[in-house]
Amino acid sequence: MSDITKTGAIIVEKTSPATGIISMVLKCPQVAKEAKPGQFINIYCNESSMLLPRPISLCEIDQEEGTVRIVFRIAGKGTGYISHSEKGDSLEIMGPLGNGFDLDKAKDKRALVIGGGIGIPPMLELFKRLNCEKCAVLGYRDEIFLKEEFDKYGRCEVSSEDGMHGTKGNVIDAIKAEGLEADIIFACGPMPMLKGIAAYAGEKGMDAYISLEERMACGIGACLACVCRSKETDHHTNVHNKRICKDGPVFDYREVEL
Amino acid sequence: MELKNNVSDASFMPDMSVNIGSVRLDNPVTTASGTFGSGAEYSQFFDLSRLGAVTTKGVANIPWEGNPTPRIAETYGGMLNAVGLQNPGIDLFCKRDIPFLRRFKTKIIVNVCGKSTEDYLSVVERLADEDIDLMEINISCPNVKEGGIAFGQDPKAVEAITAAIKKVAKQPVIMKLSPNVTDITVMAKAAEAAGADAVSLINTLTGMKIDVDRRRFVLANKTGGLSGPAIKPVAVRMVYQAANAVKIPVIGMGGIMNAYDALEFIMAGATAVAVGTANFTDPLASVKVVDGIRDYMIKNNIRSLDEIRGCVR
Repeated sequence: MSDITKTGAIIVEKTSPATGIISMVLKCPQVAKEAKPGQFINIYCNESSMLLPRPISLCEIDQEEGTVRIVFRIAGKGTGYISHSEKGDSLEIMGPLGNGFDLDKAKDKRALVIGGGIGIPPMLELFKRLNCEKCAVLGYRDEIFLKEEFDKYGRCEVSSEDGMHGTKGNVIDAIKAEGLEADIIFACGPMPMLKGIAAYAGEKGMDAYISLEERMACGIGACLACVCRSKETDHHTNVHNKRICKDGPVFDYREVEL
Repeated sequence: MELKNNVSDASFMPDMSVNIGSVRLDNPVTTASGTFGSGAEYSQFFDLSRLGAVTTKGVANIPWEGNPTPRIAETYGGMLNAVGLQNPGIDLFCKRDIPFLRRFKTKIIVNVCGKSTEDYLSVVERLADEDIDLMEINISCPNVKEGGIAFGQDPKAVEAITAAIKKVAKQPVIMKLSPNVTDITVMAKAAEAAGADAVSLINTLTGMKIDVDRRRFVLANKTGGLSGPAIKPVAVRMVYQAANAVKIPVIGMGGIMNAYDALEFIMAGATAVAVGTANFTDPLASVKVVDGIRDYMIKNNIRSLDEIRGCVR
C-alpha cells in the first residue's frame, strides 16, 4: 500500500569508525529499493520501557545488495540499546521515511556537501551520487571518521575545533580558508552550523538544502511532535509549522525559521 | 478441560459490536485522539475499515500553532507530550479529513478542542451538518494554558460545558475526562447529568522530565501529558470507578499496547477502548488489538462482549 515498509533487518556488518560511533549495514531489500539519500529509518527497540522508535539517517544505500548502512552516535538509552545488537541479530525497522535530498537540484551546478559531527554520515550517499562538480566539507570536534570514504567520491575538506585536522574552526571557516566556490549547498549537522550555513548562503545568494532533526514519535507525520517553524503557512498543517519527519527532514533554508 | 472451551468450528464469529449513544461500532476499538492524525498516515499500513472507529486529532474553530519544540520526551514505559493541540482548524478539517475518512467503513469520532465555551460551540455547530458519527469533547488537555483541562477539573464546569454542547450537537457527545482530578466519578456523573452520551478516559497525566546533564526541562512547555503503559493501572482503576458510577458507556484508554490490555479495560467496565501511544511503537497496534480481542473471544467461547464487560465486581 505504500513505499514505507516495517520489517526485520539482519545486521550484516557492524563496526565502530570512531569512539562512541557505530556503523551497521542492515539487510532490508524492500527499504533499500525505495530509499534515497537524506532519508531515514525508524529503529524500534524491542524493549518495553522504550516505546518510541529511534530515527536514524541512512548513510549508504545499496540496492543491489539490498542493504542500507547507518552510522550513529551512542547518545542515550535507545542508541545504546541498538549498539548492543551484533552482526547476525535482527532489528525491527521502518522506512524509508522523510523526503531526502533532491539530486536534480544540483544539475549543472557546483555543489558543496557539508556535514557536521554526526550529521556527516547522512551526506555520504548524496556525495557519492551527485553527478556534478562537488566538494565535501566535513566538520569535526576532534576525532575524524568517514573522511576516507568521502575521499573516494571527490574532493573533501575538513575542519576541526581543535585544529588537529584540516582548518581550525568550523565548516564555514574551512570553506573560506580553502576559497571554495559553489552554487548550491547540501548540509546536515547541529543547529548552530545550519544557522551559519543559512547566513552564508543568504549572503552569497546560494541555494541551500538543510536536513533538520527534532525529537520524533510516529515518524510518519501523524503526531505533530517534530515540527519546525515555516515562513509560509504550510498546506498540510494550515499553520506555520512543517513536519520534519514527513515534509522534511530536508528543507530549503528559505522556507524555514531556524 | 480447556480444550472443551476451544471452538474448533471456524463458523463461530463473535459479535464484537458495541453501541455508543445511537451509534453502532463494528468492534470496540478506536484510536486515542492525537496519536493518529485523521488516519491518512496510518492508512498506508492497513485498511482503516478494520477499526470500530477512528478518533481524530483535536480540532478547534481556527488553526492552532501548538507549542514550541521539543514537544515530546520518552520516559520509562511511557512518553510525555506537549504538542499543544496543533490543528488545521475546522474548515480545512471538514474539507479534507472528513471526506477522506468517509471512504472507509469505520465510524468517525471527531475530537473537539477549544479555549472558551464559544470556541467549542462553534466547532460543534459547524459539525452539525457534517457526515460524522460522534464527537468527543476534549476538556482534559494539560498542555494548553486556556480551556482544555480548565473545563475538566471542576464538576460544575463539566456540567455547564456538557449541557451547552448537548444543546447544539446533532451527533452523540462523548466527554473526554482528565485523570488529573481527585475523584473521577464526580466528573463522570457531572457529564452524565448534563446529558453526555458517553465519557472517555483517561487523557494524559500531567508530568515533567528534567535533563540532568543540561540542568533544564526536556520539554519546551516544561510539563507534558504522560501516556503509555506506565499509566495503564491508573487508567484501568479510573475506568472501573467511572463505569460503576454512571450508566452511559465508558470508552477506556491509557497505555493499551495489546489485546490483553484492552480486555482489562473491558472487564473493568469499558464499552469501547482506544489505542494511543502504541501507534508510535507499531503502526499496526490498533488492528492487532482488534484481532487479539476476536481471538480471545473465540478461544473462550465468548459470543458478545456483554459477557465479559465489567465482569470484575
